Amino acid sequence: MAAIAEQVSTTELRPAAAGRNPWALAWRRLRSNRIALAALGLFILIVVVCLAAPLYAHDLAHIGNPLSPNLNGTTVANGKVVPIMQEGGGILHLGETPIGPTWSLGHYFLGADGLGRDVASLVLYGGRASLQIGLASAVICCVVATVFALIAGFFGGLTDTILSRIMDIVWSFPVILLAICIATVLLTQPNGVKVGFLTIYATSLWVPTFIIALIYVPYVYRPVRGQVLSVVQKEFVEASIAQGASNFRLIFSEILPNVISTVIVLLPLITATNILTESALSYLSVGVQPPNVSWGTIIADGQDLLYTRPWVSLAPGIMIVLTVLALNVLGDGVRDALDPRAKLRVK
Amino acid sequence: MLAVLTFIVRRSLWTVVVMFVITVVVFFIFFKTPGVDPARALAGRDPSPQVLAEVRQQLGLNRPLWIQYGIMMKKIFITRNLVSYSDQGELIIPEIFAAAPITLSLVFGASVIWVVAAIVMGVAAARLRGTIYDPVLMILALIGLSTPVFWLGQVVILITQVKLHSSIFSWVQLGYTPLTQSPVKWFEGLIFPWITLSILYIGLYARVLRANLLEVQNEDYVRTARAKGLSERRVLLRHTLRTSMITFLSLFGLDFGALVGGGAILTEVVFGIHGVGFLTWESLTNLDLPTIMAVVIYGAFFIVLANALVDVAYAWIDPRVRPT
Repeated sequence: MAAIAEQVSTTELRPAAAGRNPWALAWRRLRSNRIALAALGLFILIVVVCLAAPLYAHDLAHIGNPLSPNLNGTTVANGKVVPIMQEGGGILHLGETPIGPTWSLGHYFLGADGLGRDVASLVLYGGRASLQIGLASAVICCVVATVFALIAGFFGGLTDTILSRIMDIVWSFPVILLAICIATVLLTQPNGVKVGFLTIYATSLWVPTFIIALIYVPYVYRPVRGQVLSVVQKEFVEASIAQGASNFRLIFSEILPNVISTVIVLLPLITATNILTESALSYLSVGVQPPNVSWGTIIADGQDLLYTRPWVSLAPGIMIVLTVLALNVLGDGVRDALDPRAKLRVK
Repeated sequence: MLAVLTFIVRRSLWTVVVMFVITVVVFFIFFKTPGVDPARALAGRDPSPQVLAEVRQQLGLNRPLWIQYGIMMKKIFITRNLVSYSDQGELIIPEIFAAAPITLSLVFGASVIWVVAAIVMGVAAARLRGTIYDPVLMILALIGLSTPVFWLGQVVILITQVKLHSSIFSWVQLGYTPLTQSPVKWFEGLIFPWITLSILYIGLYARVLRANLLEVQNEDYVRTARAKGLSERRVLLRHTLRTSMITFLSLFGLDFGALVGGGAILTEVVFGIHGVGFLTWESLTNLDLPTIMAVVIYGAFFIVLANALVDVAYAWIDPRVRPT
């Protein structure tokens, strides 16, 4: 046993690691990957900063609700009181332009958007929506896909064929177009859509969450089902069947623990994809609906101000890039930690 | 040969099934979502009672379900006289066909850039493994993968049209001019949208190619090629790169199809290029559902067709996948 472990792990681990459980080994490998840890730290930092949005907005108490328009307000810039919406400005010096970045915390740090709202607090509150949708849809997507994959891979036969064909069809739909279809139908119903005892309102954050979760199910389903198919044939499953284990027990205590690492590897990558998809849908006005804001909606609003106040869309865009980059780097690190063979094969 | 033909026939049948199911799914989303009145949904924003009655009558909404489906499909594919109720009764299908060459121009140019750049980047990273350049190139690829394309478009507009427009980028006039009208203007107007659209795919393909190259490097036939004294360059071009290109090309087929079938919508919207995606977006802002339905069905068909072509090409090149 020790000899085998050593053979596998000479490049990865110290001999003392032999005999630990695989999760401890994976965690150990992840901990030694500085880049992945830095990415994890950055992601946690972004989450904490966004959760702390009310603290920042607390300083802005004089402007009231940070998400409501504030066209007639004033703020302090360079020690002077100035109106938020300024006359003229821009290339043509016509109309009103929101104030630009003052670079002073609590006083329109990044300037105002077209409705006179503080961009910095919009970015923080928008981040909450974006992160919430990204994480929630990734979890829903992975859970649904794993359950389907377990059922399909375990029972095989007709069940497998039907489930896999359904997944093939969802897969062949253009992702954004499918989301647009569902979202627009909901948006034409201002009073919400009743499904059974539930009423879904188009403005709810759960609409984009469920749409995004649904469209990525096949992307998780396929690799997990492949794993289930190979695990089902292993001896320990056969031994468990011989002991008279129920199907439920076989699926959840024998097979699931052996495929869950694939799901965990996919989770940060799917979260990253979902955050990008949410921002794309919101940019196209079929994602997060007003009065809610997300990074995508701020970028969409910033398009009109691009020539005069570029920070309105630069700031949320930078946040998206940092968040998604952190999740992708973390995902690579988790994959290397949980599946060192992939790395060894490359070497 | 017979195996390939059987595969093609089976794959074509499955393609037809998928296309049929897609039309049914789209039909159900628009006509049968619980609690949604299709006439109200299809008639545009705040329709008058007359328009609602007209929509009900034209689409046969009081008739059985399968007749409603038949009427819709007939309007989309055969008579092609589906009208947009938000847009003064404009015919939708000819509009889509007029926008298609614009989307094709955009996607075609971008795909040339991303294929060339990704091959250069992937090969460079694989060859420079062990040096600092490999992780640097891969981090750049990852940044490309993590950047939302519409935001990148805004940054490009900001740089070329605002910050540096008076100096080095004064020649950039973003927008679409038909190739037949003026090839130079066509190129000048599309070069930055091409680059913007291709960044994501350069990152993706460079990573895939690098991983593939490193994987096949240990294969026996590569060692044999080295052992018989071939130059590194010849080993790369004739042996490792050639094998890696199979995955690369099948990915390319899928992504090209997805982009032409509607995936380029974000790039088109941010640069104001009036392709199929822009048409979809305009219909979104008017909640013009008949147009969206038609675009989605045509786009999905294109993607399904591209997937089928890729599978057949794959089976042709690599006999191992034929039985599926």
